[in-house]
Amino acid sequence: MAVTDFSYVRQEMAGPKPAPSSEVGVVHWLRTNLFASVTDTIMTIAGLALLVYTLPGLIQWLFLDASWTGTDRSACATVSQGGVLPDGQSGACWAFVSAKFNQFIFGRYPSELYWRPLLVMVLFIALLIPMLMPKAPYKGWNALALFIVLPVVSFFLLGGGLGLEPVETQLWGGLMVTLILSFFGITVSLPFGILLALGRRSNLPVIKMLCVLFIEVIRGIPLITVLFMASVMLPLFLPDGWTFDKLLRALIGVSLFSSAYMAEVIRGGLQAMPKGQFEGADSLGLSYWQKMRLVILPQAIKLVIPGIVNTFIGLFKDTSLVYIIGMFDLLGIVTLNQSDANWSSPVTPITGYVFAGFVFWIFCFAMSRYSLFMERHLDTGHKR
Amino acid sequence: MAGFALNLAKPETQRSSTSSLIYDPKVRGVFYQVLTVALVALFVWMVTQNTINNLAKANIASGFDFLEGRAGFDIAQSLIPYSSDSTYGRALIVGLLNTLQVAFFGIITASILGFVVGIARLSKNWLIARLAQVYVEIFRNIPPLLVILFWYKGVISVLPQARDSIAMPLSSYLNNRGLFFPKAIWGDGAWMIGVALLVAIIASIVIFRWARKRQAATGQQFRSGWTAIGLIIGLPMLTFLVLGSPVTFDYPIAGRFNLTGGSTIGPEFISLYLALSFYTASFIAEIVRGGILAVPKGQTEAASALGIRPNVTTRLVIIPQAMRIIIPPLTSQFLNLTKNSSLAVAVGFADVVAVGGTMLNQTGQAVEIVALWLVIYLSLSVTTALFMNWFNAKMALVER
Repeated sequence: MAVTDFSYVRQEMAGPKPAPSSEVGVVHWLRTNLFASVTDTIMTIAGLALLVYTLPGLIQWLFLDASWTGTDRSACATVSQGGVLPDGQSGACWAFVSAKFNQFIFGRYPSELYWRPLLVMVLFIALLIPMLMPKAPYKGWNALALFIVLPVVSFFLLGGGLGLEPVETQLWGGLMVTLILSFFGITVSLPFGILLALGRRSNLPVIKMLCVLFIEVIRGIPLITVLFMASVMLPLFLPDGWTFDKLLRALIGVSLFSSAYMAEVIRGGLQAMPKGQFEGADSLGLSYWQKMRLVILPQAIKLVIPGIVNTFIGLFKDTSLVYIIGMFDLLGIVTLNQSDANWSSPVTPITGYVFAGFVFWIFCFAMSRYSLFMERHLDTGHKR
Repeated sequence: MAGFALNLAKPETQRSSTSSLIYDPKVRGVFYQVLTVALVALFVWMVTQNTINNLAKANIASGFDFLEGRAGFDIAQSLIPYSSDSTYGRALIVGLLNTLQVAFFGIITASILGFVVGIARLSKNWLIARLAQVYVEIFRNIPPLLVILFWYKGVISVLPQARDSIAMPLSSYLNNRGLFFPKAIWGDGAWMIGVALLVAIIASIVIFRWARKRQAATGQQFRSGWTAIGLIIGLPMLTFLVLGSPVTFDYPIAGRFNLTGGSTIGPEFISLYLALSFYTASFIAEIVRGGILAVPKGQTEAASALGIRPNVTTRLVIIPQAMRIIIPPLTSQFLNLTKNSSLAVAVGFADVVAVGGTMLNQTGQAVEIVALWLVIYLSLSVTTALFMNWFNAKMALVER
């Protein structure tokens, strides 16, 4: 009974047939994704109409009709507005952005001292990149350098002292201040938020009550009132003769505000921890702080990384509010420069805001993408 | 368990040596709490002392008497009669009403836009889903203050001047002083239309209840939705016609330098309202999307196994379950919008913070005004939270 004798039985598998032509290719994709039903077709056409209506005008305004070079307002104004552009043409005034670029980044920091913020920026990036890479070694030392050493070093580098020419914080501005505020806010709010969250979950009624009071009051009021409080009330609270730097007041306000939000995010992580983890740590004889540091917090924080990054993004966006209490962060300096008579034209404000919006967007979008990456990286597969 | 712990504790308390006291968690807890209370009390005492000294030095009287004083500043947009001769207290109420007004309209617009965009992000239509995603990614990652200033300084203030106003439909005009639209002047008996609307709403609710009861009892369906729409639109319309159209319009008329007549919405309100709605809508869209995705797929499959059509499945199976997940984060978005309305101060819209800020500059009563802000915003938060908790409880799963 040799099997090979049956010549009518196929020796090899039949090759797969190509999918029917209606199931592959561009046409199929169009059919399923754009024109699946009558409603779908109508919606696709509406969407296309929206794109056709807006996109060409947007590209025209942003790039084709934009003025890229120039030294004053005439580059961006039409003839009837006292400029060189033909009447009726309207385009972005990128010349304004490039002329004011240094101000947008450094504020009114003296230009011969630009190397100092630049050096801080280089140090910051050099320390931040290994911190963000999960595989880079020496995380502890890196964190120490980034969160403790760098702020001290940059305080002296930016503000002067120790033989460097002093620069008042009033002259700081632009993206530099936005980054300082948000970095400081992030560095302070995370440990503060953890402490507040632990306090809120504490068994000690007095501590619990104080933490709940702080968190709920801060979360119930807008940041603007906190900043007003920091800028108007702090001087009242201090003994006679003490003064606080304006930037420091804003830093305190922003940090207090984001700590309360951070505390709520961390509390979510603490609540999601199974009770067995607490009991297991207790049965090992760990003290309260050992239990939290070694067992609970590493797991709890990992659970809420998206929430933490969302708080960071919120904080980064909220730093723009310091403009209202008279500081010139990126948004503030862009707004301030629009009143420069040398550059006033109908398109100057909107160009400035498009630029500022783009910078804010890049940072926030990068942060949200990084949080997605970390979520995937830290996902141990234990989730349900 | 308790007896065991008690047995262990007894010999230790009997030993009563200092070292065991130090290691007793209860004693430690009391110690730390007393320490905290002492520190906080010291801090508060120091702050109060300093404040009293500083206020005395600046010759500022404390207390809320200043609310009776003459305000002396004008407010462009006010829901209640107000002039610069009114009191500070009244100015603050005007500000509060303005906050509530922008929050109310902002919440409605943001919810509608957010739900539409959130559902569009889940659309099977590739183009629609991408467009919705682009919207969400743009507005979620830009500070709301920037959007407000974008509208205010970038768009509205460079609109044509009043004499070359852009004519809009319904004889409205748009220029750099805001949106001008006809004002309705209601004639005699116009209140009957309102009554008719109220009657229609009550009748619709009654019909809904009756239809549900009948369907539960007999299985017969009743088109209560269409009936309600017909009633709510039809009854006031009918009353309007029967009364002989008791309404005239005061149209805005273009003058040389300004438009006269009609009603106006100022550029401050428009920019704040647009920015807050667009910004919050992007967050609501993500909440809605998350909520719908969180409904297990088995629910859809079970519904189609029962032979329920897809759109009915969405309406009666998916949305009610998704709402339970959506409502709590939606509440905090509504609160966020209300709090973000304080950004009004950047464009000079007289909300409660802007009015308070002006008062603060004029009177120097920092402590009192900040306290008023705290009370106002905290009570707004608590009220919204209570309402949404009630709504949430109504929507929550009733399990047997």
